[in-house]
Formats: sequence, C-alpha cells, structure tokens
Amino acid sequence: MSSRASDAVATPEQLAAIDSSIEKLAHERGATLPIFHDIQEQLGFVPPEAIDRIAAALNLSRADVHGVLTYYHDFRQQAPGRHVLKICRAEACQAMGCERLVERLEERHGVAMHGTTEDGSLTVEPVYCLGNCALSPAVLLDNRLLGRLTEKRLDAMVHALGGDDGGAQ
Amino acid sequence: MSVRVFVPRDSASKSVGADEVAQALQLALGDAATIVRNGSRGMLWLEPLVEVETDAGRIAYGPVTVDDVAGLVAAGLTAGGEHELRLGPTAELPWMQRQERLTFARVGVTDPVDADEYERHGGIVGLKKAVAMAPGDIVEEVVASGLRGRGGAGFPAGIKWRTVLEAPGEPKYIACNADEGDSGTFSDRMIMEGDPYLMLEGMAITGLAVGATEGWIYLRSEYPDAKVILETAIERARERGWIGDDVLGSGKRFEIVLRIGAGSYVCGEETAMLESLEGKRGIVRQKPPLPAHEGLWGKPTVVNNVMTLAAVPWILAHGGAAYAAHGVGRSKGTLPVQLAGNIKQGGLVEVPFGITLRELIEDFGGGTASGRPIRTIQVGGPLGAYLPPAAFDTALDYEALTAAGGLLGHGGIVVFDDTVDMARMARYAMEFCAIESCGKCTPCRIGSTRGVEVIDRIVKGEDRGKNVALLQDLCATMKDASLCAMGGLTPLPVQSALEHFPEDFRPETAPTGVSSSS
Repeated sequence: MSSRASDAVATPEQLAAIDSSIEKLAHERGATLPIFHDIQEQLGFVPPEAIDRIAAALNLSRADVHGVLTYYHDFRQQAPGRHVLKICRAEACQAMGCERLVERLEERHGVAMHGTTEDGSLTVEPVYCLGNCALSPAVLLDNRLLGRLTEKRLDAMVHALGGDDGGAQ
Repeated sequence: MSVRVFVPRDSASKSVGADEVAQALQLALGDAATIVRNGSRGMLWLEPLVEVETDAGRIAYGPVTVDDVAGLVAAGLTAGGEHELRLGPTAELPWMQRQERLTFARVGVTDPVDADEYERHGGIVGLKKAVAMAPGDIVEEVVASGLRGRGGAGFPAGIKWRTVLEAPGEPKYIACNADEGDSGTFSDRMIMEGDPYLMLEGMAITGLAVGATEGWIYLRSEYPDAKVILETAIERARERGWIGDDVLGSGKRFEIVLRIGAGSYVCGEETAMLESLEGKRGIVRQKPPLPAHEGLWGKPTVVNNVMTLAAVPWILAHGGAAYAAHGVGRSKGTLPVQLAGNIKQGGLVEVPFGITLRELIEDFGGGTASGRPIRTIQVGGPLGAYLPPAAFDTALDYEALTAAGGLLGHGGIVVFDDTVDMARMARYAMEFCAIESCGKCTPCRIGSTRGVEVIDRIVKGEDRGKNVALLQDLCATMKDASLCAMGGLTPLPVQSALEHFPEDFRPETAPTGVSSSS
C-alpha cells in the first residue's frame, strides 16, 4: 500500500487549491462536502491542511470537519496513483465473478484494495454498486464506466495505464 | 434532411462501447445522418443498441460494435436495411411490447437534454395542470393515484405530501433521494440520464403541491454521467421557466440545488441523507420528528425517491384514477423493474404490479447468462431476501413479497446461478453492514461485525447448533433494536440464506468446486 504524500506538508500550490475551493464554495449551505469534492477534484485527495482552513471558513470545529472528511469513503487523505480504478464488489457483480478480478489484481498486478501499483500508475478501490448491474462485472476507471470486464481486458488495461505517464488527475 | 440515427448516451450503453460506435457511425455516414444520443431502451444485453428512423418507424440493430459499423453501412443501415444484427422495429420487439411504460415512456426515444423534444413528447403537461390547481388538490390527485414511495419503504406518497402541506414552518423543502445504492438497481440512473426533465418536473409539481420553494437533489457520486446530464437539464429547465423564480408564470418560486454524495450507502436512508445534505456526517436521525415535520434544515420536507417523483408528472397529466387503474391490491401503478446479475437478458422493464417474479426472470430475463440453472434471486437490494425457486411464483406486489418473507425495495432483482455459495453471500451481507453502518446504534455497528464472526464459525463447523442459535438471536436483536433499515434489514438476506440453503453452511456439504464469486 502506498503511503506517498501521507506525511508530506502541502505544497504552496496545494494550499492555493484548497483556498480556491473554500473561496468558491464557503457561502453555500452545508458547504463541507462540496468543498471536499472540489479539493479532491483538483488534487486527487484532501491534504490535512484543509481541515483547519475549512473549519475557520465555515465556523465549525476542527473535529467536525475531520469527522466529515473521514466518514465518507470517497474522500482520500493521501495522493492516489495517476489513475483510479473503482471495482464494484456488490451482489450483482459478485454473481458475475467480480471477485476473480479482485484476485487477479492482487496476484498478477500486486495491488490490493486501497493500494497503488508500484509504478504509481493505478490506485484500486472497492465500490458498492455503479448501477451497471445488467452488464456486470462493472468498474469505474477515472469516472469512465466499463461493463462486462474480463480478466483479459483488465490485464490489458493495467498494462496500458502502466505505460501511460498520467493525465488523469 | 438527413436520417436520424440513435446511439444511446446512457452510461451502461457507453460502458460497452456506445461512444466509439457513435463516432464510427458519424465518420462513416457523414452528412447522410444526424447522430442522436438518446437514453437506453432498457434492453441492456443488446447495447449498444443503434436505431434508425425510417418511414416504417424506428429500426433497431444490436449489439453493435465498432467492427460492425462498416458492414451495417454497406447493408443500407440508413434505410433500415437487412443485416444479421437487425432486430426489427423497436416498438414491435416482444421485450418492449410486453411493458406498460408510463414513467419510462420517453426514455430511449428522445434526446434526454433536448427540452423541445421533451415538450413534444408530452412533457410539462402535468406541471401546466398543477400551476392551475390549488396545492391541496394536487396532493389529493396523488393520494388518489395510490402512488407509494419507490425508494423501498413503500409509504403512500400523497399522505406524506399532505403532512408536509399541513405542517407549520417556512420554507419547506423537497429532497430528492438519488442515492440509488442498492446493488441490482439502476432505474433512477436511467431516468436521470435518459429523461432528466421528468424528474425535475416531478419535483416542481411536488413543490407546488406542498408549498416548497426549493428542491435538493442528493445524487450519488458513483453516477458521474448523471451529474453532467442533470446539470445541463437544470440549467435549461431554468431558462424555460419550468423551475426558478416564477414557475410557468405562476409567480411561485421553485429552485433546484444539486448535491453530490460521497460513497456512503447509508446516506440513502432519508435522515442520513438530510444530514449529508447539511454538510455533516451521514448519521441516521432518531425519528420522530419525521422529516415531514422537521427535515432539511429543520423545516418540513418531502423526501421522495427519484422513481416516486418521476411518476408524478404522468399522474397529474392523466389523473390519479388512471394511474390507480394499473396494478393490484394496494400496489397501484407500474414499477420499473431492474433485472441484474447473472442474467441472459438484463435490463429495465416497466410493468404493472402483479406480474410474477418468474415471468420477469424467465420470460423477460431468459434465465442465467452462464446458462446454468438459477439457484436464487435477491429481490430489493442488499437488504432484501434471497428467494429459492419455490418462491418464484410470488407476485410483484409490496404485500405479496412481504408475505413471502422478502421485500420489494427499489425493484431490483439479482440472479445467481447454481455455483453461488450462500454462506458466503450471508457473510457478505453482514460484512457490507459493518462497512456501511453509520455507527449510531449498537445492534448495527457491533452486531454486523459479530455476525461475520459467527457465520465464519458456523461454516467451519464449530459448535454448529449453538452458533446457529446465536446467529438467529443476533439477527433478532438487529431487527428489533436497530435505528434504521440498515441494521434492521441486514438479517433478511442472512436468515433467508440460512433458511433456504442450510447445506451451504455445513462444511461437509458447502460448495467447494466452481463458485461464481471466487
């Protein structure tokens, strides 16, 4: 499992991104989720420095803001790989063998759930239903939905992303 | 005028190559054709389903891949020419003919974001009627329709609306639950991607009915395509005056706010959803007070599912009695059913209540995708029961399914073949509850983890009798003492699996060979 950026201090660019999200959205009612989404869209994750700044802007306690950040599965607190693959593990996809894809990722590509491939190209996360249950197994690759995924296509995808030097985040 | 060729932009269709097919067709046909990106007809095993508008109606071809495009064009696709992928006129396909599409009438027919087309195909008729009616009369029309909440609980929509109309407090809100988290369901997604104005119109009518001035949509983050389409539709609906400060010139305000969830299943529970909309952790609220009295921002709020709201424009346009003429018993109208999992012909069918589960999975679904026998189906999402083949003649009906030990939920049916390991599915139900529990109440938070452990011990054969009794006791506690349906209904899949498939829980008879999930 990658721990890249977990202890890192946010860069000036990252701090600017956090501040721009706050400035854009702080006036909205119930602004915490929209701000976290906006930061993550820009940076791929929410740096810890965001907590103090959001708390101050929304007049909330740091505990409240931290609580929201850590409650939701979507929000990452460390940088992901260049691409993110969300693999559905819910019932309909299980009925079509999604667990074989999960095993394949671990055994062939050395990446477990919530982990990142060694070359930093791909982070893999579980997801519980993508609404593509008639064309299972389904995955979401950088917000692009794919259906009827086979192990062969998965191998090709991981291979292709490994050779790609980014652009998704 | 060039021929109109339809290639869906529904994300399921795109997930198997619709974008690439649309591009290839555009390139091959050039000015001879206008490519329209419609919603999906719901025949998802035939996606990408390409249709051509001809004098003889729309002709369907599918499933089309990029490699088929040159051959199709050579075969005279634009004139509805013969080809091995030609399915015939779409409207005459048996799958389409056997349905009664009230809510899904336009889905797959029109360009989802084309507002003119929405009106040409019968849209906004319901809203026009509603602006001329007294709020109480709109509510009573929906009461008369017998429409029940399609999110899972099945509470009569009109009664809920009446409560909000009569509740003191301003402003009032509509909260649209678009957090369609149940595995095996995608009808909300197909409406949002295939006919978004329908949902917005339904929300606006609901707003007029109860005196709400704002509608908040809570859309799950797992639906990025629906987000893009809804953003466009909201903007255009505002330009048309269908929503905004002056709905259809009535002087009444109804504004719509779109919010995105963040991957929490329990936020589909109405009070957790309200917390999340308010920017907090998605923790379930104690009821009472009901959201109808103290909902979003503590104000009277109608919380309805996408399907419920999407049924409303038809009811206003045609009358509550016309809607109630469909269906059986206390289950009035139609239900968009989603056929999913290991199924040969998966997709969405809108049928009146009363049809049997067997008709759905065999006649529409055609059995399993793997070609093996069906062992079980799970109806109603992850909190629904696993039913054995002996129960397949149960009618699709809220009460009949409850009597059969199950629940209708959001109308999803997930099919499993005979390789499924039911002890594993029962364990997964507990595991899922442990992952997704909001943590507020102990039976759900702790019980789910204990449930996983007890099932593991049963499967290993440790003190079997004692541990089965313990599991039943734990399930009873979760059912009786949980705060919401998450903990309260997780026992349903667990106990139904144990009841109907006890052999899978014994080490000597548990499935060991092929397993579809390992």
